[in-house]
Amino acid sequence: MTGGAGASSLSGMPIIATRDLTMRFPGVTALDALSFTVETGVTGLVGANGAGKSTLIKILLGLLPPTSGGALVLGHDIAVEGPRIRGSVGFMPEYDCLPPDVSATEFVVHLARVSGLPATAARERAADVLRHVGLYEERYRPMGGYSTGMRQKVKLAQALVHDPRLVFLDEPTNGLDPQGRDEMLALIRRIGTEFGISVLVTSHLLGELERVCDNVVIIDGGRLLSAQSLAAYTEASGRLLVEVEDGREALERHLAERGATVRPDGRHLVVDLAGEETYDLIRDGVADLGLALVRLEQARHHIEEVFR
Amino acid sequence: MSTAIHDIGYRHYDGPRLGRSHVARSLYQYNLRSLFGLGRGARAKFIPLALAAFMLLPAAGDIAVLSFARRPEVLIDYSMYAIYLQPIIAIFLATQAPVIASRDLRFRTVPLYFSRPVETTDFVLAKFAAFVTALLALMAVPVTLLHLGFLAMRKAMIEGGAPDVPSVAGQTGEYFAALAGCLLFALVLSSFALLIAAYTPRRGFGVAAVMAVYLISNVVVLIVQGASISSGNYEIAGWAGLFTPFTLVDGVQVRLLGADPGVRAENVAPAGSGPVFLLAALAVVGVSLLLLMNRFRKAGA
Repeated sequence: MTGGAGASSLSGMPIIATRDLTMRFPGVTALDALSFTVETGVTGLVGANGAGKSTLIKILLGLLPPTSGGALVLGHDIAVEGPRIRGSVGFMPEYDCLPPDVSATEFVVHLARVSGLPATAARERAADVLRHVGLYEERYRPMGGYSTGMRQKVKLAQALVHDPRLVFLDEPTNGLDPQGRDEMLALIRRIGTEFGISVLVTSHLLGELERVCDNVVIIDGGRLLSAQSLAAYTEASGRLLVEVEDGREALERHLAERGATVRPDGRHLVVDLAGEETYDLIRDGVADLGLALVRLEQARHHIEEVFR
Repeated sequence: MSTAIHDIGYRHYDGPRLGRSHVARSLYQYNLRSLFGLGRGARAKFIPLALAAFMLLPAAGDIAVLSFARRPEVLIDYSMYAIYLQPIIAIFLATQAPVIASRDLRFRTVPLYFSRPVETTDFVLAKFAAFVTALLALMAVPVTLLHLGFLAMRKAMIEGGAPDVPSVAGQTGEYFAALAGCLLFALVLSSFALLIAAYTPRRGFGVAAVMAVYLISNVVVLIVQGASISSGNYEIAGWAGLFTPFTLVDGVQVRLLGADPGVRAENVAPAGSGPVFLLAALAVVGVSLLLLMNRFRKAGA
């Protein structure tokens, strides 16, 4: 292993920095004065469908000039250094973009060469990267016969084949079944950690990004909603989550009678944490009532709450 | 060789990253391979290879007849070869132009290129150059075969007492003029077919559109020519040739490249019209390329 030369040399410097980035189309403001920075690692770009995520990626690739404002990607200015940026990043579009009559190997080798790799290196990298995304014997068959999951893997492979320092993944879990989704998310996590390639991944689903991202950028109606460490969302909330088998109502009454602030939430009870004694109170209550305790843990904020 | 097949850790690439000419060459090779179905499965190979074979058959047959008849007039006029075989060439244009002009648009592959360090100009020129190469090969190989057949049979024809056997120098001059004609055919026909295919990206539409434009322009020009010839106006009949791709290039062959007007119909381009036909041909190429760039630039953004 040669180690992440690209990743380490960039530590301390933002991968992406935007300044008042604004994009107006006739009648629509897709991006409205966005200013944020993205550090190395895996960053989620979250927003509802039509929030301007794909537009933002096109601008960051230097393909679409913004109406006003600017951005640096890997230290390069999007306005004048588009080709240099595109030489060091990978891009996985959200839509289907694979010709059906070509095999994954043929296609990924070709795109590696188009990224500047010599023919031999292109073949080796394509074989490596297709194996990393989990495509084996089927890579020699025409892509028209692939499942959605396999197609997503090829799209990811072509974004990684030239060993970029940063990849833009636009809705990579779209159309995947739960198992495919888990595989894809695990792969994204590996790209950010083991591969040492920074990732900007978009999704309209907040929950799934929560599992793999170091940071989240949330845009809504073209505006920045929040750009802070994921930890801030999910730090302890000062509440306890209690789940018991049968007898939730009994436990709720029991705890309320002893002065705890309790409210039901689905199958759980949420108990405000007044201090160490709250734990004792719950333990004793469960024991006194003879209930089976399934779960007792600190409740955490979910990033969905941002949208409430 | 590979010693660490069990090592599945990610390896970074720190080898060379080549520049613009390597990228353009890779695009050109991929397009040329695609045109002949290489890397695209057996079915994609059938049509282009069958058409290439059909293009060779008349030349091979002509050589065979020449070897029996031993008379120079049996030899097909080199500059007429592409014109005699224009139905085959038209089918190649219609079926293969969509392969490189509309597949990338239909399957939305274009953004994968433009998110890499690829210039729109290079992307389009690579497609154009690949198509020109394929067409040129399709036409120039049989013409070369004819010329080789002539060279091989010339001595036998003279010994057989055939009258008016052309000199080697004279016939080789015609051969090179015909190759220049083939190149101009390839340039004009490629730009015309790629442009139409790029604006009709839906499956099957590109094929139909290229064929329709080719046939309709032929029919319209033939009607105009028929009417003007029957009223004795040969000038207008000749000028009408500007409006179909094949007669456009043939005007240059006859009036600038020294092809023999005698073997052509009476609607041949009028004397002195050569520069106009050449300019018109170059304008078709230039305008088509500009429109193609515009088309792909929009598709990539």
